[in-house]
Amino acid sequence: MNNALLSREGVKRGAMALTLTSAVSLAATLAIPSALLAQVDRDKPPVLGPPPQLNLPPVAVRQLPNGLRLMVIERHKLPVADFVLLVPAGATANPANGAGVAGLAAQMLTEGTTTRSALQIADQMAYLGVRLDANSGWDATTVALSTPTAQLDSALALFADVALHPSFPATEFARNKQERLTSLLQIKDRGPAIADRVFPAIVYGTDNPYGRPASGTEQSVGAMTVADPAAFYKAHFIPNSATMVVVGDVTPAEIEKKVGALFGAWAKGTVNPVTVTTPATLPPTAIYLVNKPDAAQSSFRLGGVGVQRATPDYFPLQVMNTALGGSFTSRLNQDLREAKAYTYGASSRFDMRKFAGPFTARAEIVSAKSDSALIDFMQQLRAIRDTMPTAELMKTKRYVELELPSAFETTGDIAQRLADVALYGLPLDYYNHFVDNIDAVTQRDVQRVAQKYIDPAHIAIVIVGDSKTIEAPLRATNVAPVTTRDIQGTPVQ
Amino acid sequence: MLMTSRTTSHTTFRTRPISRTARAIITLASPALLALGVSVVPLSLPAQSVPRIKVEKYTLPNGLEVILHEDHTTPIVAVNTWYHVGSGDEKVGRTGFAHLFEHLMFMGSQHVPTGQFDQMLEAAGGNNNGSTTEDRTNYYETLPSNALPLALYLDSDRMGYLLPALDSAKVDIQRDVVKNERRQRVDNVPYGRAEETILSALYPNGHPYSWPVIGSMADLSAASLNDVKNFFRTYYAPNNATLTIAGDFNSDSAKALVEQYFGDIPRGPALPPRPQPAVVTVPRDTFMVLQDKVQLPRVYYTWPTVKSFTKDDAPLTVLASVLADGKNSRLYKKLVYDLQVAQDVNAFQNGSRLAGVFQILVTPRPGQSPAKIDSLVRTELANVERDGITARELARVQNSTRSSFLAQLASDYATGDLLNAYNYFVGTPDYVQQDAARYDAVTRADVQRVARTYLEKPKVVLTVVPEGKASMMVAGVSK
Repeated sequence: MNNALLSREGVKRGAMALTLTSAVSLAATLAIPSALLAQVDRDKPPVLGPPPQLNLPPVAVRQLPNGLRLMVIERHKLPVADFVLLVPAGATANPANGAGVAGLAAQMLTEGTTTRSALQIADQMAYLGVRLDANSGWDATTVALSTPTAQLDSALALFADVALHPSFPATEFARNKQERLTSLLQIKDRGPAIADRVFPAIVYGTDNPYGRPASGTEQSVGAMTVADPAAFYKAHFIPNSATMVVVGDVTPAEIEKKVGALFGAWAKGTVNPVTVTTPATLPPTAIYLVNKPDAAQSSFRLGGVGVQRATPDYFPLQVMNTALGGSFTSRLNQDLREAKAYTYGASSRFDMRKFAGPFTARAEIVSAKSDSALIDFMQQLRAIRDTMPTAELMKTKRYVELELPSAFETTGDIAQRLADVALYGLPLDYYNHFVDNIDAVTQRDVQRVAQKYIDPAHIAIVIVGDSKTIEAPLRATNVAPVTTRDIQGTPVQ
Repeated sequence: MLMTSRTTSHTTFRTRPISRTARAIITLASPALLALGVSVVPLSLPAQSVPRIKVEKYTLPNGLEVILHEDHTTPIVAVNTWYHVGSGDEKVGRTGFAHLFEHLMFMGSQHVPTGQFDQMLEAAGGNNNGSTTEDRTNYYETLPSNALPLALYLDSDRMGYLLPALDSAKVDIQRDVVKNERRQRVDNVPYGRAEETILSALYPNGHPYSWPVIGSMADLSAASLNDVKNFFRTYYAPNNATLTIAGDFNSDSAKALVEQYFGDIPRGPALPPRPQPAVVTVPRDTFMVLQDKVQLPRVYYTWPTVKSFTKDDAPLTVLASVLADGKNSRLYKKLVYDLQVAQDVNAFQNGSRLAGVFQILVTPRPGQSPAKIDSLVRTELANVERDGITARELARVQNSTRSSFLAQLASDYATGDLLNAYNYFVGTPDYVQQDAARYDAVTRADVQRVARTYLEKPKVVLTVVPEGKASMMVAGVSK
């Protein structure tokens, strides 16, 4: 595969194509003339032709004088365009006692600008028929616009206004704050949501940004004033660290002109980088039980500190995790769902962030099978450290390689891929080499990363469920000591 | 109204395949805009037309309908089969069966060993799923375009040769998976039992929509291998299915493949007549309370309305948006934005094949009583019924509706499913522009008329309350 899906400007369009053919591709045969297939032999699955090429137009990269980087891909299937303005600061940039600030800062962007009220913004979005929203993740805050090209100019003006001139009205903040506090209260209703909160608190500790809920706590949000999101915005919304991704029925020249006119006067600032120090290893494996009285299922979250997006082990980890819990035929799902029927689905994931995000295996388990499921989870986490059988390795690699085109289907899909390239500093030709890189993964690589990143002797096991029915059986498994925690992850006496 | 899937991906629970995404065109000058004092939004919008989807439809001698739509943008292909059977075709005592059956369709068939359906698809880079609603069941794969023959092979084998590979062990496993799906969607979810509580009050006993798609635990327990065989023999035949292929393929080759894989599957027996229930009415306002493990109460208003694609379906959909989409919508603005007595509001018209409902949901903020919410909701509805809506309100909904149509055509999967939906509900896959035109044609007078026609009639009002707080229920002034 020699190509440049994400090539620099100046590369001739279409000259470089991502070719999804690989050494492990299915037997490449010529298409069989249809007459010969008239008597179909159902005992043999069809022999497939070579996998198709994924040809995407190259990415045009431009930079405005103020440092704002533009990445544009043309896609002319439908008269629409997707814009993502990405600012590389998210929940990890929250002040130590200010969990939730980044998220509220994002929310406040559409709550008023120097020339538009919250109601006017909402009115214009609906009138133009555009989707415009701002969100904050762990590593970045994004403002995203999806618009029909017929409304492009008006939509872009609105987009630029919310991104560049938010006014942080105190009354709108007060409403958003109450709304957030209410949604934090409602977490108590949902076992899975409690588990998602407690697991990172246990793995990272609440002194670490990754251990504090991105949406904040009753305490942190309760103490917040409008000055907090405004300060976050001021510190991080600067053009010289931001990227604008554009995908759709547009041309790079047109975009450079329009975006330049609207964002050219955005003043440079000082970049405020964020560092997260992640714990090296966890204490010996323990079960942290959170009581959710009468829960019909137990919410399981097992794992620990994973790895950063920039890891050289990215490709072996993709293969290993896909086989463990990243697809329907993965070991966890086949065992816990298809063989045992303890759950509607089991999965695992390495959440790779700028710094080492968590590795998490998860499932919602029928309460009565909590003990059996715990034993099975542990068995699978141990077994993945053994040599992966060749057939399983090949199937998994093919799946990861061959499903790549569907990740580039819509303008929104492509914008998301580009945003990741921008945020994590991936090379522009990253996807050119994706298939080759997966292809190069060996049995030994898979085993090495499994042993390196999955250590069943040092994981956190968070289980949120009905203590009165599950605690004794869980203890009886002798898998690990059981301690009880509240819904914040704090020890219960 | 309810949709339940084999796995969680692609699941749009509680939305319909073709629902409020239907989108309309509007060009108008709006005096209201001037009042905003902001000049960037033009007084008239250039029309953004919804493109026609080029399709070819034909029928095999065994009755299988085939719909083809080529689009070579991305080298993938989406195969999507609709069987014209859903939970509405179930028998009392076997609720949830159509969906349980859906799960069994992935467990292998005569020539595809157990587990190989998924193994082969993943090895070819494919993803797959299925879903069940009251009205239909669908099965779909998205694959790299070279793998089209594999999808047709697997789909034809389970259409023609499922039963030889089925045994009670498979039924038992998927029965337990589905019970866990029910726990994950209903029993272990706050407010999860609201929907089935409303359905049983809204529809008379035995009405095909009086039970939820997911079914009851007792009925799932009762399902037998014999039920599975009978259901397959009754409904799973080429003459009760439509196969849509959308994406990067060549129509001539695809037709040959379809003929080879599906052509020899025998036509099934004549289908039993489907239920034709009488129009549903609620004789008088019905107030119900459901205690649940929730921090906050939630009030659900449900009115019987109209089936999908009937005359008042689009105006009711517009009305729902005017009431609850965006900060300027009537209920959101009053309850959430201005008075801040509610955490969220939702409204939708949900038309299905046999009936439809209009529903409003409101969650009060802590300390706010459902009774107060109720009084505010009634006032806002009365305002619309008395004074109608503004031109600007209509324009906002129509313009947003039109853009959402474009979003729905972005992927081969969504396009294929939409073609199947149109084919099933209106008899032709070539309908996206007419669908968009339905919203175009809605007038302010239509919206006021449907508000008066349907929302002044008796309704079902359910209040979900925290345990021990039954007294919080909305019960009151009924007509």
